[in-house]
Formats: sequence, structure tokens, C-alpha cells
Amino acid sequence: MTPMEKRQVNVPLMADLAARGEAPEVLFWVGCAGAFDDRYKRVTRAFVRILEHVGVKYAVLGMEESCTGDPAKRAGNEFLFQMQAATNIATLDGYNIKKIVTACPHCFNTIKNEYPALGGNYEVIHHSTFLQQLINEGRVKVQGGESYKGRRITFHDSCYLGRANDIYEAPREVLAALDADLVEMKRSKANGLCCGAGGAQMWKEPERGKKDINVERTEEALATLEGDAAALDALYGVESGNAGATPAPKKSDNGIIAVGCPFCMTMMSDGVKNKEREGSVQVFDLAELVASAEGINA
Amino acid sequence: MLQQILFLLVAALGIGLFVWQVRKIRANIMQGKDRRMGGSVSERINKTLLVAFGQQKMFKRITPALLHMVVYVGFLVINIEVIEIMIDGLAGSHRILQVLGPGYDVLMATNEVLGALVIVAVAAFWWRRNRQQPVRRLTGVELRAWPKLDANIILYIEVALMLALFTMNAADLKLHQLEGREMPGTFPVSALLVGLMSDNVTALHVLERVGWWIHIVGILAFLNYLPSSKHFHIIMAFPNVYYSRLVPQGQFSNVDSITHEVKSMMDPSYQVPAPPVDAEGNPVIERFGAKDVEDLAWTNLLNAYSCTECGRCTSVCPANITGKLLSPRKIIMDTRDRMEEKFNSPLIFAPNNYQGEERMQVSEEGTLVHGRVTPEELWACTTCNACVEACPVNINPLDSIIEMRRYLVLEETAAPQSLNVMFSNIENNGAPWAFSPSDRFNWADDLYVAEKGS
Repeated sequence: MTPMEKRQVNVPLMADLAARGEAPEVLFWVGCAGAFDDRYKRVTRAFVRILEHVGVKYAVLGMEESCTGDPAKRAGNEFLFQMQAATNIATLDGYNIKKIVTACPHCFNTIKNEYPALGGNYEVIHHSTFLQQLINEGRVKVQGGESYKGRRITFHDSCYLGRANDIYEAPREVLAALDADLVEMKRSKANGLCCGAGGAQMWKEPERGKKDINVERTEEALATLEGDAAALDALYGVESGNAGATPAPKKSDNGIIAVGCPFCMTMMSDGVKNKEREGSVQVFDLAELVASAEGINA
Repeated sequence: MLQQILFLLVAALGIGLFVWQVRKIRANIMQGKDRRMGGSVSERINKTLLVAFGQQKMFKRITPALLHMVVYVGFLVINIEVIEIMIDGLAGSHRILQVLGPGYDVLMATNEVLGALVIVAVAAFWWRRNRQQPVRRLTGVELRAWPKLDANIILYIEVALMLALFTMNAADLKLHQLEGREMPGTFPVSALLVGLMSDNVTALHVLERVGWWIHIVGILAFLNYLPSSKHFHIIMAFPNVYYSRLVPQGQFSNVDSITHEVKSMMDPSYQVPAPPVDAEGNPVIERFGAKDVEDLAWTNLLNAYSCTECGRCTSVCPANITGKLLSPRKIIMDTRDRMEEKFNSPLIFAPNNYQGEERMQVSEEGTLVHGRVTPEELWACTTCNACVEACPVNINPLDSIIEMRRYLVLEETAAPQSLNVMFSNIENNGAPWAFSPSDRFNWADDLYVAEKGS
């Protein structure tokens, strides 16, 4: 194998493409978390590396992007939401955008489902579906980099990808391509448990209760990775009987919780820290896993 | 003849009273706001067949689904015998459906087996509710007093109806035996009970009639009990599923009046349609969101009458699981109680009362928000749609929660302080956090990709 060479990426701005009279194949909607949150910026950069690697003609809005209005809408501030939607639709339509990919399920859901009624009609796909397509087409081989063979991975469904939009298989197919040991939490897919951040909870303290939701979910993820049936029984309560087909207990020292959402990323990472397990269990986004398996990080 | 007249009177009274109650409830539901429906009729019928008739979503939990299936099928099939009872009662005939021949044997035998299974299922249901540690979702602040009693009354009535049916059949069998006649139909369960019957022909005649009357009067009484009970779901589940949302669960409703406002701000030439007017021709100023039941859509109100209080929504709610006050089931039950308090109430009306409930800080005002549902409950929701997914009859508690949040934010400006900060960040920075918009593209600095040798 020839030694790797690294190349600096100049992320193409939509304004520049438009000035040259060019149109992108797909617009990458970065989202606020992807642009500002230190942890999720790494996901944005991983996803851009993949876009560069496969040679898709893409562009980003850069400073012209603004919050989709999702947190405002879920919190009940419909006026602010519609103002944001109108602004963004004006920007997107100004560039005649047809197709949008985003790594944030909240942006995905809002642009895909709620912008049409306000006049914004685009083909919107989440990056899990986009990555699945690249893998299926053979454009990404998930080889040549870090090997995940045999590592235990559990996927945490985000509500706005799963129940909200019925996307359950795409992220799992991406993970399956890593040849890892994929284990499912009992509360998965349509029965998935929220990380606790949706509905604008990300920006406020939780109400009075016994436990934080992200801790509950992280406990489930950790117990599933480790096949700890007793811990799972304690979590699921009396009615569930037993935890079902869990693998034999195996203390995980390199388990991975995979996510596909910036808020889930924050909540699950905080949960792992809360359980003091950040030394042995990592939280990664799908794009990070693919970029690292493909060996394109530099 | 006297019995026929008496039966006609009883039946007319029972059905008439039921229609009167249903009309009151229909009027309550119609207090709700209009809702754009969308979706084709065939799509809605398919959904109704699958989710309501087919009980598709019940089978997410196998034990209660099977128990419920027994009672549901029992109800449907035994009702064929009720038709017979009605015809017999009016025509003065006896077991008129025996004209079905061998079909009657099958029908009666099926009824009897189902009847016995219903008793077993009901016993299991009772145990799940009333044992030392009941199934968790069958407890909760909203399941005290009337709702708790109601759940057990339904079970007792169901057993009583089944016992009346068996009494009637067993007495009839014994009579036929004593009189040396052939009894039409096959009765595997009642055949076992014949031995318990007296040899006195008069007593048997009386017993058979008593069983018959208890069964039919019981059914009519039960019918009139339904509107006061969670058991109303046996009727309301069907329209509720038919009118449920067909769009992706993540798609929240729009507020049209705000759309007009925003459009006219963006484009001064935009023509805002005239607001609706009331009977006197004055424009109707609609409240943003929902403070009280009439601010909700009629489908939200229909939801409230379809709820069986099974608590599947609450048992999967991440907020409830972690000990927060929010229980989606309570939101739905509060909506129903408030409607009946404010508008029409059915025969038995005993709304939940949270006054004095330590954690539930309700106001005297009585309105849905504050009087029954507290802001603390509303703000605990993560909008994760687990409750919507879990409901076997497609009730959407999230829709109502969002409407009430809209009221709190847009009418009362009463969002939690940290959310107000988030709002002003979006307004000023175009992001929910306090970052400068000019830093939005900084993530792309010093970004490298490895070129793979190929």
C-alpha cells in the first residue's frame, strides 16, 4: 500500500458555486450542533471527508445557514419556528436547492416534513441513508482503516429518525458493513427509548424526578453491551419478565454506543461519563465510524 | 304477550337512553376546532381494519393482547346470541336462530367456549389490577377513585353477563331433558352445569327466564354505563383510528394564522385571508394553542373518549419512567373530565380531582391547563412519540401537549427561563446557543482528508 497522503479540504460554499453558475448534487445541511458543538463538529468533519473521498459534488451554506426552528417549534414557539422556516426556505429557494443531506435528525424531520406546508419542497435525506447508499453502491468500502471486526456496538435510535420517520434499517446496515458484533437494546427501533434531549429538553433542566433520562438509557446501553441480564431486568421492571435473548455476560472494555443525532451524542456521552465508563465505552456517530473504517481521517 | 310488551319497553328505554347520552358526547367532541384531515378514505379504512378490528398494535405486548383478544372475540360472537335474544324477546319466539340447523350447534358451542374463556380472561385481568403489586401501568395518580372502581366494575359486569348466559342455557337444557324434548344447539359448558339444576319444572322455567332477563337487561344497562366509562372504547376506538393522523409522526401541525402573519411580514403584498366571523359578524379571535378543551382539535377530544386507560403510553414515556410528573394517559383523561365538567356529562360523572394532591399544583380556575394539567407535566415531554406509537387505538397525546405548550409560550409567555434564552439565541444568532453567527463556518478550518493510494 502506498503511503497515505493528506489533502486540505476547502469546503465548497453554496454562494461560490452559485457565483460560478454551478449546482451541487446535494446540499449538506450542517445544522447548529454540527457547526458549533465541539463534539459534533468532529462528526461534520468526518462526513465532509466521506463526501470528499467519494467525490460527490456538494456544498454547504456556511454562514447563510440558520436554525431550522425545530427547538422553537417543539417548545411551542410556533411564531419563531415559522420565521426561521421562512428565512431558510428563502435561502434554499434562492439557490434553487433540490436535494439536502443532513446529519441531524431534527433538521431532517423539520425540513422534510414541516417545510413543505410553508412552501419549501426538497428531497431530504438523513446521513444514515446517504451512507447506506454509498456502501451499497460500493463507493465506500469501509476498509483500509480502523477495524471494528468483532467489537460490540449497540445502536441508539433517535426519536426523530426512528418513530418520527420510520428509519430503522439504514443506520443498522451501515453498522453491519463494519463487520462488528451488533447487539440490540430491548427498547430499540419503534420501541426505542428517547435519550432525553428531544422536544427542546436539550436547552433546559429536567423536571423533578428520580433519574435523568440519559442515565436510564445509558444504563440500558451498557448492560446490553455487556449482556448483564440482571441489570436489564432491573431496568425493564416486573411486566417484562426477562430481558430476552441477551448474549452471555462479557465485561466490555471497548464497547461502542453508536448514534446518528447530535443531541443523542451529547446525552449518551454525558450518560457514559455519569456512569464513569468513558475509559471503556465510546460514543460515536455513524459518519465517524465509517470515516475511520475507510481510513480517510487525517 | 306481557313479557313481549315489557321487553319492548325495556329495550326502547335502554336504547333511547343510550342514544341520548351519545348525542351529548358527540356535542362535546364537536366543541373542538376543525382539523385538516388529509389521506384517502381507503387508506383510513385499511388502518381501521388493521389497528381497530385487527388489534394490530395490541400485539406489542403478547399476554394482555391474548387476554384482550378472548374478551373481544367473545363480545363479537356472543352478540350474535344477543340478536337472537332480542328477536325472541320481541316475537315471543324461543331460540329463533335454530333455523340455522347445524350452524346453530356451532354458534352455541362457540359461544359457550368463548363465554368460559372470557371468565378466565377477566379473572386474569382482575389479578393484574388488584394484586399486591399490580402491573405498574395500571396504577398512577390518575387511576384512583372512579377510574379505579370503573375498571373493576367492567370486569364484574362481564362475569355477571356470562353467568346469566350459562344459567339460562343450563336451565333450558334441564327443562328439555325433563320434558324429554330435543334441545336445539350444542352447549358444552352448560351441559356440565345441568347436574346443578333443580328438578322442579316451575323453578327451572323461572330460572331460565331470570337468566334471560338478567342477560338482556344487563346488556342494556351496560350499554348505558359505557359513556361514563373507559369501556366506551369498544365503540369509540373505531372512529378514533379512522380519523387518526396519517402523516409521519414527526410532523407537527402548523398554526395557519401564524403562517399568514409571517408571510405578510416577508411579503407586504401578501393578502391575509379574512378571519372567520361569529353569528353577529364579529371576527373570531382565536387563541394560540390550547388553554382549555375547546381550543383543542375535535380529533384530540375524540381521543379522550377512546381511551381505555390501559397506560401503555405512560409506561413507555421516558419522562414518566424516570419519575417525572408527566403521564400521557393523565393528559387524555383530564381532557375528557374537563369536557364533561364544562359541557355535557354522561349519567355517571365523577371527574378526577387533584386538589390537595401534593405533587400536582393545580389552580382553582379549572381550565385544562393549570386547573388539571400543570405546566410541569407539559415541560417534561421530550416529544419522542413513544406514547403515540404505543397507543393501541392511535390516540395522540403529543398533539395535545404541543397545543398546550403553544398556549403557555404564545399567550402567557410562560416558558421556562432557559427556553426563553434559547428562543432569543435563535432570534439573534440563528442558533439555539449563544454563538456568534460569524463563527458558524469555523468547523471547516484546517480540515484534511487522507488520499488513499489506489
